Amino acid sequence: MKSLLKEFEALRARFPAGFESSLVLPCLRRIQEERGYVADGDIEELAAFLGVPAIQVEEVLSFYTQFRRRPVGRWHLQVCRNVSCSMRGAEGLVGHLERRLGVAPGATTPDGRFTLSTVECLGSCGTAPALMLNDRYVENLTPESVDALLQELD
Amino acid sequence: MAGRQLLMNFPVTANSHTLAEYRARGGYTAIAKALREMKPQQITQEVVAAGLQGRGGASFPTGRKWQVVVPGDGQPHYLIANADEGEPGTFKDRWILENAPHLLVEGMLLTAYALDARHCFIYIRGEFDLPYRRIAGAVEEAYAARWLGEQIAGSGFSCDLIVYRGAGAYVAGEASGLISSLEGKKGYPRNRPPRLTVRGLYQRPTVVNNVESLANVTGIIRDGAAAFRAVGTEKSPGTRLISVSGHVNRPGVYEVELGFPWRRFIDEDCGGVLGGRAIKAVVPGGISSKVLTGAEIALLALSHEALWDVNSTLGSGGMIVIAEGTCMVHLLQIMLRFYHHESCGQCTPCRHGTGWMHRIVDRIVAGEGRPEDIERLYYVAKYNDGTTICGLGDAAGFAAAGILDKFRDEFEYCIEHKRSRYEGRIECLRS
Ligand SMILES: Cc1cc2nc3c(=O)[nH]c(=O)nc-3n(C[C@H](O)[C@H](O)[C@H](O)COP(=O)(O)O)c2cc1C
Ligand code: SF4
Ligand code: FES
Repeated sequence: MKSLLKEFEALRARFPAGFESSLVLPCLRRIQEERGYVADGDIEELAAFLGVPAIQVEEVLSFYTQFRRRPVGRWHLQVCRNVSCSMRGAEGLVGHLERRLGVAPGATTPDGRFTLSTVECLGSCGTAPALMLNDRYVENLTPESVDALLQELD
Repeated sequence: MAGRQLLMNFPVTANSHTLAEYRARGGYTAIAKALREMKPQQITQEVVAAGLQGRGGASFPTGRKWQVVVPGDGQPHYLIANADEGEPGTFKDRWILENAPHLLVEGMLLTAYALDARHCFIYIRGEFDLPYRRIAGAVEEAYAARWLGEQIAGSGFSCDLIVYRGAGAYVAGEASGLISSLEGKKGYPRNRPPRLTVRGLYQRPTVVNNVESLANVTGIIRDGAAAFRAVGTEKSPGTRLISVSGHVNRPGVYEVELGFPWRRFIDEDCGGVLGGRAIKAVVPGGISSKVLTGAEIALLALSHEALWDVNSTLGSGGMIVIAEGTCMVHLLQIMLRFYHHESCGQCTPCRHGTGWMHRIVDRIVAGEGRPEDIERLYYVAKYNDGTTICGLGDAAGFAAAGILDKFRDEFEYCIEHKRSRYEGRIECLRS
């Protein structure tokens, strides 16, 4: 976290006075971007830096689905399985990915390349089915386009 | 095209999201005019006169919400654009964020001026990547051109705008949950009263409006309330961005003039149903709005009043078209799994009710339903209605009761024969 302190100071300056608590989410996001997940030590350090209780940081980490306490694979595939995506084939797609990767949702391949997850609506229902590949949306999926995507990823 | 347009009536090009293009199309003239010629109260009056209704879900009159905040009462006021867009079936705010971000920035400036708000926030869902980059880019451009910051356009009005990213929680889209989240905490919704316009962000008067509501403010001030009212119906002025998904040939975001015939919109604009099948049902405005049958929508107009008449709502504008042959039991199972997953757990009826309903429908789908299950679903749904802190609990009950009311026979069939009449099928792929 130390390397980010300068950036966090700049962020603090953009917010109105007294808004330190608001920085919990953006700071955790940056920590996770750097390390891939949020480690135990980060919690105490961030809480001390912002002057908020450590329990608040822990609660935030467990409340929001995007925060991780453990590393994931190099490629994180998060497949939407809400109504519109399921109506366009998402359930079959999850099964297809399970077979191709040999892991169930929530798990990482033994070589550490892929993590498969299912998520709720991504706000991409018009281009369903959709998934998130790390930060990027991939839409209008078919089993063939998913195979082609997996081919591209190292 | 489904009637006249107010938001999408400019061509989307490779650069339409940039400040230069927006300026070339007359952008930022409304705020310049307002700062020169209008008092804050006049902006609010204009929006009240326009009859703009919130586009986030509850359709609450936007101007009336603002009137609770008193400019110059000596305390800070805050304005927040709700860009959480988490209601399943909804992806229309994304269109504004990606293609017309300055329309939102200008609408927020006008609103901030009306509310005497020095600091504004855009709370955008954490998963959005391109929409985030586009709106963050627009904010940077606006700062560089001094449309944001100190003494805007040489006036005494100063305003800062911060883009704040969520981190994955549907309930953080609920206005008070959003405020908890923006305070850097769990996205727990709060009991009201006090209203957020009295005690909101850090206990200060706060207005939370949907992205599309705020984007409409720009046109209302630029062209006047009368011009806005000239579009749409008496009770539903203006247009709505409708996100269409499900079993239609051309899903996507459409701007629809309120009052436009519903069937014509689906048949002509959306290219009709996949494979030419009949419409079995339509989710009108996100899965939290009550489902309607194909027969019910046949003669209906797309307006707030027409939807209220049939006991549903245009909600978030997330329309899901469901073709004949789809298993409604399985569809409800997916909806209830979602509510169960997203319940924040503060209220007992919601925490237990969503899980209970989810488990019942799970077992019906698995062929283990019991005859009393239907009445039990109704019972749980009813106890969720009006007994919870936020609308998520009610919505889960509405979804269940809404589908049961209209497709009860499918549930009975599934319980009696231990399998779905449609083999659980909900897919309908592009041919
Ligand atoms: C569970 C839940 C989730 C919600 N999610 C959103 C959302 O993602 N975006 C939104 O604009 N409104 C959402 N709302 C509605 C907001 O609470 C609020 O009514 C709205 O943002 C106000 O804006 P408006 O008056 O301009 O419509 C949600 C409500 C509930 C109960
Ligand atoms: S209704 Fe449900 S989601 Fe809303 S506050 Fe209560 S428990 Fe949380
Ligand atoms: S249902 Fe998958 S993106 Fe909305």
